[in-house]
Amino acid sequence: MSERIVKRNATSDVLTTTDSLLRATGLTAAYTVDGGEVVAVDDVSIDMRRGEVLGVAGESGCGKSTLGAVLSLTLRPPLFVRSGELEVDGRRLDLGPHQKPPRSWRGEVVSLLPQGAMNSLSPTVRIRDFAYDVIRAHQSGVRRDDAIERTRQRLEHLDLPRRVLDYYPHQLSGGMKQRVVTVISTLLNPRLLIADEPTSALDVSSQRVLIEMLKEMLSEEIIGGVIFITHDLPVLNIVADRIAIMYAGQIAEVGTARDIINQPRHPYSAALLSSVLVPEPAMRRTRVQGIPGAPPSLMHPPGGCRFHPRCGLVMDVCRDQAPPKVGDERRFASCWWAEQNPGQNPSQNPSRAREV
Amino acid sequence: MSAPLLTASGLTRVFGHGRNAVHAVDDVSFTLGRQEVVTIVGESGSGKSTLARLVLRLLDPTAGTLALDGRDITALKGSALRAYWRDVQAVFQDPFSAFNQFFTVRRLLARSLRLSGATEDRGEALMGQALDHVGLSARDVLDKWPHQLSGGQRQRVMIARALMLQPRVLVADEATSMLDASLRANILNVLGDLRRDYDMTILFITHDIGQACYVSDRVLVMCQGRLVEQGPTDEVIFNPRHEYTQRLLADVPRLHDTTLG
Amino acid sequence: MRMVRFTPRFWISAGVFLLVAAFALLGPIFVGDKLGEGVGGLYDPPSGAAWLGTDDLGHDIFTNLVFGTRTSLIIGLVAGAVATVIGVVLGLIAGYHGGVVEEALMGITNVALAIPGIVVLILLSVALDFRSIVAMAIVIAITSWPWTARAVRAQASSVKTREHLDVARLSGASTLNILLWDVLPYLMSYICMAFVLQVSSAILAEAGLSLLGLGPSDSVSLGIMLNWALVGESVRTGAWWAFVPPTLLLTFVAFTLLMLQSSLDEVFNPRLRRGRQRAGRPASVLTQVGAPAVDARSKEGSPGA
Repeated sequence: MSERIVKRNATSDVLTTTDSLLRATGLTAAYTVDGGEVVAVDDVSIDMRRGEVLGVAGESGCGKSTLGAVLSLTLRPPLFVRSGELEVDGRRLDLGPHQKPPRSWRGEVVSLLPQGAMNSLSPTVRIRDFAYDVIRAHQSGVRRDDAIERTRQRLEHLDLPRRVLDYYPHQLSGGMKQRVVTVISTLLNPRLLIADEPTSALDVSSQRVLIEMLKEMLSEEIIGGVIFITHDLPVLNIVADRIAIMYAGQIAEVGTARDIINQPRHPYSAALLSSVLVPEPAMRRTRVQGIPGAPPSLMHPPGGCRFHPRCGLVMDVCRDQAPPKVGDERRFASCWWAEQNPGQNPSQNPSRAREV
Repeated sequence: MSAPLLTASGLTRVFGHGRNAVHAVDDVSFTLGRQEVVTIVGESGSGKSTLARLVLRLLDPTAGTLALDGRDITALKGSALRAYWRDVQAVFQDPFSAFNQFFTVRRLLARSLRLSGATEDRGEALMGQALDHVGLSARDVLDKWPHQLSGGQRQRVMIARALMLQPRVLVADEATSMLDASLRANILNVLGDLRRDYDMTILFITHDIGQACYVSDRVLVMCQGRLVEQGPTDEVIFNPRHEYTQRLLADVPRLHDTTLG
Repeated sequence: MRMVRFTPRFWISAGVFLLVAAFALLGPIFVGDKLGEGVGGLYDPPSGAAWLGTDDLGHDIFTNLVFGTRTSLIIGLVAGAVATVIGVVLGLIAGYHGGVVEEALMGITNVALAIPGIVVLILLSVALDFRSIVAMAIVIAITSWPWTARAVRAQASSVKTREHLDVARLSGASTLNILLWDVLPYLMSYICMAFVLQVSSAILAEAGLSLLGLGPSDSVSLGIMLNWALVGESVRTGAWWAFVPPTLLLTFVAFTLLMLQSSLDEVFNPRLRRGRQRAGRPASVLTQVGAPAVDARSKEGSPGA
C-alpha cells in the first residue's frame, strides 16, 4: 500500500501531513434530454483521508446518487462523465467522456453499494452462489469453493452467522440482508466504498448495527474509506466524520460533521438541519419550518447562487453572481452571505423565508 | 374528558391459517379523543399499517370491535360503509402509487366528492377550498396529471382530497415518510393546523419517532402486532417504561447529543 | 400518463401486418369473383393467367390465397378478441378479489389449460354440423383464453398492491368502477400484447384444424388450402404451388404478429426490459449501479421537479 504524504498549507487543519485516500477534482456528469443537456453533477471536487466516512446529504434530485455513480465508475447511459479526475490511494484515473475505466478498479479500488441493493437480490439464488458470482466477475479463474470460503471467513470475521451462506434472500431479515450485501460488495477490499442510502429502508436498530459494522470494517482496514450518501442528517451525525451538503448538482458546504451540524455556514445547510425532526424535548415546543419551494430543475438552474430563490438570507448579489468558496477545501461554504458574515451560523439570523 | 370519538377494542387480524397463521394485529385496544393527534409508532412488520387498514375498514378484523361515536362500525357494508368513509378518511405513504396515473387531479377529487353528495358547483368550491388549505391553487393543479406534479404537491393533493370530505377522523399512514425532510415539516404543520380548523382527529402512523414527537398528543407503541406502551407523548418518548420502547429510543440517531430522561 | 415512444421495430411489424390485411381486404377487388370457378386444368403450373397456378379442381390459387388470407385473419381476430375478453374478465376478477374467488377461477383456468387444446378443438369441430367462420373462431377462443386469464390475473394482483385502489375504495367507488377505471388501464399494455399473441395462435390453430379437414364449411382459408393440397396429392405430383404459398403466408403472418408483440413489449416497458437484462447478469452489487441513471433522469428531468 503506497503511503502518500500530502503537504498542506495549514489553515483550519491542525495536521500538516496526512495520508489522502481520495482526491476527486472537477467531476462533471450530464445527460441529454430532448436536445438539451442537463448537468447533474457540476464541477464537484472531493477530498478524503484514509479511514474517513464522508457523508453526502441533500434533498432528492440534488445529484447525490449521480455523484456516487461517478465515483464508483458505474455511471450508465444516458448519464455520462464530461470531465474529472480521480485519485484513489495513489492511483490516478482520468474520467473523460471517452475514457474507459480499467476493469480492475471496480470492486477493488472503488465499490458501490447501490440504493435498494438488498431488494435487488435474485430471490432464487442462494447467498453463497451470489457471493461466488460477485467474486468471479472480477477474478474469472477463482474456484467456487475458494470464493465461498473467503466469504465465510469474512462473515465470521465480522461476527455474522456463517449459515446465511446457505440461505435464500427471503430467509433473511431486512437488516441482515443489507449487512450481507455490504459484506459481499466489500469482499475484494475496495479502498473506497460508496454506499447510497444504505440505511434508509432499515429500522433504527438495524441502522445502528449496519453502521457499527461499517466502522469495524474501516478500523480493520477492510475498506479504506466510505462515502455515505443519505438524506438523513441524524444518521450522518453518528456515522460521518465529515459531511458534504449538495444542492442542485454542486457542493454547497463541506466540513467536519460536528461543524456542519453545530455551526453550519451555508443557509441551505442551516435550513436542512432546522427542518429535521428528532425526538428531542425542544421539538415539542417549536414550530419547525421546512424549506419553501422545491429544488430547481437542473435543466434550467437559476442564475447566480442556485439556492437564492429559496434562501431566507438572499441578497442582490446572490441573484446574478455565482457564490465564492469561503474557506479551504476541507471546510468551505459556497455562499455570499457566509463571505460577508464570516464564522456565523445562518440559522441564528432572522429568516426572511416565505412560506410557500 | 368527553367520550372518545373512536374506540377500538380487542382488534385482531390474523393472516393465513393453522401453523402459518400470522397475528399481524393482536388484541389491540385504544381510543381517539376529539381533536387529538394520536401516533402509532412501530418498526417494519409491527402491524401498524394493518391496524390503519382495519380502522379504515379496508380490511375486516378477525376479532374485536370498532366504534365511532359509540356506534359499532365493525361490520358495516355497502352504503353504510360509504357513509363511514365520509367520517373517516386517509392519506397514504407513497405519493406515487396513491395516484391513478390515468386520472387528472380534478377527476380524482370529483370521484371522492360523490361520497359527500355535493352538487357540481358546491363541489368545485369545496375542491378549491381544500386545495387552498394545503397551499395549492386550484387553477394550477386541477387539470394536471399526476406525473406533472412533484412528490410534495402530490401528497398535498392527497391531503386535500381527504379534507374535502371534512372527515372527523383522518388516518395518515406514513403520509410524510417518503418526502424530503425540508418538506415534511411543512406538511405536518398543515395537518396540525387543520385539525383545529376542521375539528379533525388524526391517527398518525409512522416508524419515525422524530415525527411522532413533533406532532402527537399521545403515542402508542406497537411491536409484533401488540400494543406495548401508550401514553402522552412526553411520557412515552422522554420517559419510556416498556423495555422495547426504551431500546427503540436508544437506537434513534439524534442531531444533538443531549442526554435524555 | 406515460409517454409512449414507438420503436422502428413496432412500425415495421405493424406496417407489414397492415400490408397483409390490405392484401386480404383489397385483394378481392382485383381478383374479381373467380373464387370457386375453374380457370384451368388440374395443377396447372404458374402462368400469366394464373399467377400461382391452379389447384386440384382447376381453381386459381392466387384467388384462393386472397380469400383464404381474409378468412384466416377474420378467424384470428375474432378468436383473439373473444379469448381476450374471456381471459381479461376472469383474470381481472380473480386477481382483484383474491382469496376463494381467485382460487376457484384459477382452478377452472388450470383445468382448462390441462385439457389438451387440440382434442377439445377437434371434438367441438366434429360436433358442429355447419361450421361458420364465427363458430370456428369461438371454438378456438374456448381453448385459448386460459393463457390470457393467467397473465391478466398476475398483473391485476400486482396492481392491487398500489395504494390508489385503497384511495378509490375510500372514495366510495364500486368494485366494477374500480376494476374498470383503476385496474384495467394499468393492464392495457399487457392486454394488447396478449391479444396479438392470441390472434397469431388462433390463425395457426385454424390452419391446424382445417388441415385435418375440420375447417370452416363453405369457405376457403389458408388451412383449407393446405388440406386440399394434401388431399389432392400435390406433394406427390410435385405441384409445389399448391402448398408453398399458403405455408409461406401463414409463417409470415405468425412471424409478423410475434414481432409486433415483442415490439409492443419494448414500447410499453422500456425500463422493465432494461431492468430484466440487468437482473440477468450476476454480480449486481459490484459491477452495477442500481437505478441512479434512470432515477436521476426521471427526477431531475421532469418539469414538475
